[in-house]
Amino acid sequence: MADNYANTADKSVLWDWLTTVDHKKIAIMYLIAGTLFFVKAGVMALFMRIQLMRPEMEFITGQTFNELITMHGTIMLFLAATPLIFAFMNFAVPLQIGARDVAFPFVNALGFWIFFFGGLLLSVSWFFGGGPDAGWTSYVPLASREHGGLGIDFYVLGLQVSGIGTLVSGINFIVTIINMRAPGMTMMRLPLFVWTTLVVSILIVFAFTPLAAGLALLMLDRIFGGQFFIPGMDGNVVLWQHIFWIFGHPEVYILVLPAFGIISEVIPAFSRKRLFGYSAMVFATLVIAFLGFMVWVHHMFTVGIGPVANSIFAIATMAIAVPTGIKIFNWLFTMWGGKLTFNTAMLCASSFVPTFVLGGVTGVMLAMAPVDHLYHDTYFVVAHFHYIIIGGIVLGLFAALFYWYPKMFGHKLNEALGKWMFWLFYIGFHLTFFVQHILGLIGMQRRIYTYLEGQGMATMNMISTIGTFIMAFAVVLLVFNVVYSAYKSERITERDPWDARTLEWATNTPVPEYNFAQTPQVRSLDPWFYEKVHGDGTMKPAEPLDDIHMPNGSILPFMIGLGLFIGGFGFIMMNMENPIVPPLLVVILGAVLTFGSMGLRSIKEDHGYNIPLERIKKIEKEAS
Amino acid sequence: MSQWKRLLQYLTAASVLFVLAGCGEEGITALDPQGPQAQWLYDNMLLSLYVMAFVIIVVFVLFFIIVAKFRRKPGDDEIPEQVEGSKTLELTWTIIPIFLLAILAVPTVTGTFILADTDPDPEGSEFTSGSGSSGEEELDEDEVAEDGVTIEVTGHQYWWQFDYEEGFTAGQEVYIPAGEKVEFELHASDVMHSFWVPALGGKVDTIPGITNYLWLEADEPGVYQGKCAELCGPSHALMEFQLIALERDEYDAWVEEMSEDPEEIQDTGEAERGHEVFEEQGCIGCHAIGGSGSAAGPTLTNFGDREAFAGILEATDENLEEWIRDPESIKQDNDMPAYPEESINDEDMDALIEYLQSLTILEDE
Repeated sequence: MADNYANTADKSVLWDWLTTVDHKKIAIMYLIAGTLFFVKAGVMALFMRIQLMRPEMEFITGQTFNELITMHGTIMLFLAATPLIFAFMNFAVPLQIGARDVAFPFVNALGFWIFFFGGLLLSVSWFFGGGPDAGWTSYVPLASREHGGLGIDFYVLGLQVSGIGTLVSGINFIVTIINMRAPGMTMMRLPLFVWTTLVVSILIVFAFTPLAAGLALLMLDRIFGGQFFIPGMDGNVVLWQHIFWIFGHPEVYILVLPAFGIISEVIPAFSRKRLFGYSAMVFATLVIAFLGFMVWVHHMFTVGIGPVANSIFAIATMAIAVPTGIKIFNWLFTMWGGKLTFNTAMLCASSFVPTFVLGGVTGVMLAMAPVDHLYHDTYFVVAHFHYIIIGGIVLGLFAALFYWYPKMFGHKLNEALGKWMFWLFYIGFHLTFFVQHILGLIGMQRRIYTYLEGQGMATMNMISTIGTFIMAFAVVLLVFNVVYSAYKSERITERDPWDARTLEWATNTPVPEYNFAQTPQVRSLDPWFYEKVHGDGTMKPAEPLDDIHMPNGSILPFMIGLGLFIGGFGFIMMNMENPIVPPLLVVILGAVLTFGSMGLRSIKEDHGYNIPLERIKKIEKEAS
Repeated sequence: MSQWKRLLQYLTAASVLFVLAGCGEEGITALDPQGPQAQWLYDNMLLSLYVMAFVIIVVFVLFFIIVAKFRRKPGDDEIPEQVEGSKTLELTWTIIPIFLLAILAVPTVTGTFILADTDPDPEGSEFTSGSGSSGEEELDEDEVAEDGVTIEVTGHQYWWQFDYEEGFTAGQEVYIPAGEKVEFELHASDVMHSFWVPALGGKVDTIPGITNYLWLEADEPGVYQGKCAELCGPSHALMEFQLIALERDEYDAWVEEMSEDPEEIQDTGEAERGHEVFEEQGCIGCHAIGGSGSAAGPTLTNFGDREAFAGILEATDENLEEWIRDPESIKQDNDMPAYPEESINDEDMDALIEYLQSLTILEDE
């Protein structure tokens, strides 16, 4: 076994990353992939804002604009926000619960590669006659066989594939958090980020399955002549909306709850105080997640479902404001009486609180079903959800990046550049989106590629576009910061550069592949802080120092993902006019690759390898 | 009590209007409501805004106090008290929001039901001040409803069709009597659209295979801009229309004129030639005039009265010619074929335009 270990050291860098099952490396791969998609969808937003800068601009056509809104929304939610959140979940959750890795490292890698190839499948649509153009919600009949082009097939198959990746990752996190906690890490001692990860993973299991079913039905309709959504053939177009929003509303919470978790980590760390009302926070998370499944019809108030249903869903939606309010005030009172340090991470985390409130109150306004007939499908809604997504999720992600960066990469990001980035981004964000509330109320409907002169919308759209460019510049600054810090920033080897509270700061920096030489014994909430204050500043070990068993890397997750990509592409080819190769052949090739790899995985025995005790001792000695 | 209420209304409305003043154009914006439904939506939007403003102020004040007061000084290594939480505080910020939401929940439920009651009523809607129909009056509803106006709306990519109970069809522009609650029966022929007149009220989706209902009422005669609010294809942004409210007697006259066969072509010669062009080119195959012709495209019976061409262009001869010559360049993906000079020469085009412009119903003002 010891020989095996020697072999792993000889891998080339590329092969190492393609085959890795280490949660910390997978986290970095999620981070890079998510950032690339984020930048791509951000550039699309710039194009759209240029087109909307003045009335009746002719920068891009209505068709191109529709493809841009669809891809912007789809990429930002599925391929940027989701992987970026997964990046931090992957990195932090095993460390925070004192585990060596996730429960199924192989499945973890599988989740990443399937997500990645799904995203790639969606993205290649541009080379085959244009992207999907029916909005990220892809409402039928606009997305049906009759009205929607080939781009929709890429949407359907791309999301289907990447959704599988998200689903298996979600299951993996559930098992990890239930089973892999260090001794003493009871459920009510879990850091809130771990709690939100657990809850979100459960949401993923319940929300991504209806999405998979809906996409399968749409695929049957589009490629195999089905008629689930075809009016006049006993199909029902509203059925799609129900399925989509049964997934789509929880999806919002899937993204925002981890951001809540991040904020609940960063604010206590830089307030030097424990989280105020920990159990209320956990309870509020559970209530939000539960209610999140009860409110999907509030996206469909104008569909004509009837006053009884609309009233019930309106009240249910309003109810979500209560647990969310509990969270807001608990964050405020965590800071109250603390000793606040305003570095970039804390700037993002603390400004999240009032910003998110601005998005939340418009949410309550939107929940008033009759008045929603005014707001629905206007820029008011666009403003609302960007306040939630940018003011909530993106600020949370920025906070997480600056907070965990030293642990991930062994150096901090530059603070001066970081603060410039924050302020530019924050000002640009409000410039862009605040006026959009008013634009919606004066009659600017959503998803329009242009607006007429003389409708009073020119000035505010111009302001909005200017804001977008300021935000874009801030993101450029962030990318520059990453490169600059990689060369200039001071290397750190101390465990705990922020004087923080949770277990991830108890391991060495950089984190060794086995995370903890000895599984720590947890004695309290915020265990690392507890040991610093009440103990001797080190975690008590829960096991003797010994050989550590680790899983082997594998190329099979990559191959399974590649197979799904090829197979999915084969299905899309069935709708192409002149495919170069018979589509069925491509589908079979993909299936052979995917199922063959799965078979290989089942047949081949792989016991992993042991890291010998001497080596662990050597690594630990070097680090301390 | 009512005085206080008035004063409060005045003060708050004034403060909000101060911020929103000058936003939007009359006849389009929902911030300048022109009918009882729009007024109700506007009032309740303000109500929710005030309640929410309270929440925002509380959070922001707390936040700025915290930012100002609790900064860590350099070199300060003291660890602040590790407060676990407070049951009283948790209860406070659970219960107060529940009360605030209850304030909003009441109009939410009542409003939902009033909006859903779409039966037409010449006396005006329940929201109309003074004419609030009580339960007893509703017994007579059937009698009243016979006089009420119901208009069938069909959304097409990218234009609107309006069928009246009297049996005629209007394209792109819908006429209603002012001061009456009018019912719209909503259909769609191809994909989903959403029927919205911001200055008069909320929107309701038009869905293929499903019939939806909406009521609107305009206080005063006037022209109100309508929009499609559900993504329906490349020209979704350009699927605008006009809602024109007339006094009841003018409306009756208009209905009567629309119901009759088209008037004889005015013998200005040119218009007559235009009529020939219209038939030669097969325009009639899609555009009906009066009772005759197909309804694949907007009916042109009252084309000369149009406030806008194709829903979006200023109603000038030049714009009309541009539209007929190359509709695709104006509304991407629409169904109308182009008529370049090879198919209609300049002279015929002038005649055609003259003819189309002569198709008027309303009295010249």
